[in-house]
Amino acid sequence: MHMLRFVFFRLLQSVVTLAILSIVVFVLARATGDPLHMILPMSATAEDYDNARKYLGLDRPYVEQYLSFVGRAVVGDFGNSIRARRPVSELLRQRLPNSFKLAAFAMGVSLALAFPLGIMAAVKKDTGIDRTAQIVSILGQSLPTFWVAIVLVEVVSGRLQWLPAGGNEGLSSYILPGFTLGWFVVAGLMRLLRSGMLEVLDSEYVKLARLKGVTEARVVWVHALKNALIPVVTFAGIYFAILVTTAIVVETVFAWPGLGRLAYDGITSRDFPVIQAVVLTTAVIVAAVNLCVDCLYAVIDPRIRYSR
Amino acid sequence: MNVVALPEAEVRLEPRARRRRLPIIPLGIIGVFVLAAVLAPLLSPADPYEQSLRLRYRPPVWEERGSWSYPLGTDRLGRDLLSRMIHGARVSLAAGVLTVLVASAFGAAVGLVAGYYGGRVDATLMRVTDATLSFPVILLALILAVTVGPSFANVVIAIAVILWARYARVIRGQVLTLMRLDFIAQARIAGAGAWRVITRHLLPNTLNTLVVLVTLQIGYVIIVEASLSFLGAGIPPPTPAWGGMIAEGRDVVTSAWWVSFFPGLAILLVVLAFNLLGDWLRDTLDPRLRQL
Repeated sequence: MHMLRFVFFRLLQSVVTLAILSIVVFVLARATGDPLHMILPMSATAEDYDNARKYLGLDRPYVEQYLSFVGRAVVGDFGNSIRARRPVSELLRQRLPNSFKLAAFAMGVSLALAFPLGIMAAVKKDTGIDRTAQIVSILGQSLPTFWVAIVLVEVVSGRLQWLPAGGNEGLSSYILPGFTLGWFVVAGLMRLLRSGMLEVLDSEYVKLARLKGVTEARVVWVHALKNALIPVVTFAGIYFAILVTTAIVVETVFAWPGLGRLAYDGITSRDFPVIQAVVLTTAVIVAAVNLCVDCLYAVIDPRIRYSR
Repeated sequence: MNVVALPEAEVRLEPRARRRRLPIIPLGIIGVFVLAAVLAPLLSPADPYEQSLRLRYRPPVWEERGSWSYPLGTDRLGRDLLSRMIHGARVSLAAGVLTVLVASAFGAAVGLVAGYYGGRVDATLMRVTDATLSFPVILLALILAVTVGPSFANVVIAIAVILWARYARVIRGQVLTLMRLDFIAQARIAGAGAWRVITRHLLPNTLNTLVVLVTLQIGYVIIVEASLSFLGAGIPPPTPAWGGMIAEGRDVVTSAWWVSFFPGLAILLVVLAFNLLGDWLRDTLDPRLRQL
């Protein structure tokens, strides 16, 4: 019962967040000049403007316009791209799977790096391993991803010619963008794991487990890791938001045919319907992931369910 | 028992003592960049906006065609790269510091109020905070850039509007702990009102945390600002911004690597320095914050 209540209120919160965002997008779109200036040719007369305004429903009250905007957005209708002259929904359908694949690959890279590094750093605290892990992590947080991407393209694909520089042609195209994107997220994950592990390894029940004669490997990988995972799960939503944000930049450099690249092209050509669609779609994905994470967290840690 | 415990305590003290030493290298790097930013017009060898098409893509001084008049070379429009980098420090540091100050002031205020009043006020404010936390910064900046047009002010607004939530979360947590302590209850019994308790008793006790968070986030904001300028949604040209300069050099990395390499190096150094300083401050002032 508590769980159901929790999920319900959490869902409500996501809907409110998205509603606020859609209002922001709508107001900004309307407050910054007449959209007709972008659609009609320079030679259009006042009469043309009136007709177009009526045709597009821009003469109706704002509330009504907003509701129809939301109504269409919910079913995936974002209008036509000004540049590509095609429905934005078509572009989204083409690009979204590519973005998902890249994000999944990057997440895999960062987990594969963060887990061994974070755990080893905690177990071998204040040794060379710990310090190396710290350097990897702080560099990942301090390097501008788009710059890493440019340098990698120049060195690995340009000078060494080992991997393709951009586009999506088979598995080898995933390596550079996936690594660039993954590294930025590794830092945070690794830190969380390390501090979580340190805390748990210092706790009474781990001491007891050791006294009981549980092997060190079991203590680290089972007893400690299980509890160190809780903060990682809590922050997973925030890291996902960071991943999505960073992906826009990384996709741009690697000419990855995903949402990020679409957003970039949208900005350079001031293609408002495209930007609007990318922003809203991404926000829905991020909100959905956050919702899942929070529910998962409530399952793992019962205290959360009852706090409401 | 004590006798046994003593040597262990000594062993534990050693690494901690080492960490407390002032982080000279990060402070030095930050100092150099701040100096460059403040004294930019005096330090830069040339006008960062002056174009000369005959002098396009001159390499740095140590390369074959390089000369001392352009120590780090020139860009697509023949502008001196070093001068643009020095002026770019102004933009990046100003954006970083200003954004973080606005966000931390607002976030701390929300956190203090939520923690002090508790109950429904707290619940409402924290829902808003959580909603904000889960929103990707760059998306908001993208909307602003396309609708209002890219500008320095928009970058600061877009980042600050999201960033405050982190401060609100952390400060509220601390205030909740503080509220349970005796001295707050005593202050209230002595007749202190909400304003007095918040400003005189709660705020000073959260300052350490604020300082750590501010330092750690300046680096993050500099990266976000650079990413936005790189995407064309940040500080518009011809103003020299490091992110924008990297974008300008992107298509010519093979022939003129210096145009995008040096601005990237500058970002790396500054952000690394702020992160290292922030880590040190956290270990020294507020070890409980390890997870941030």
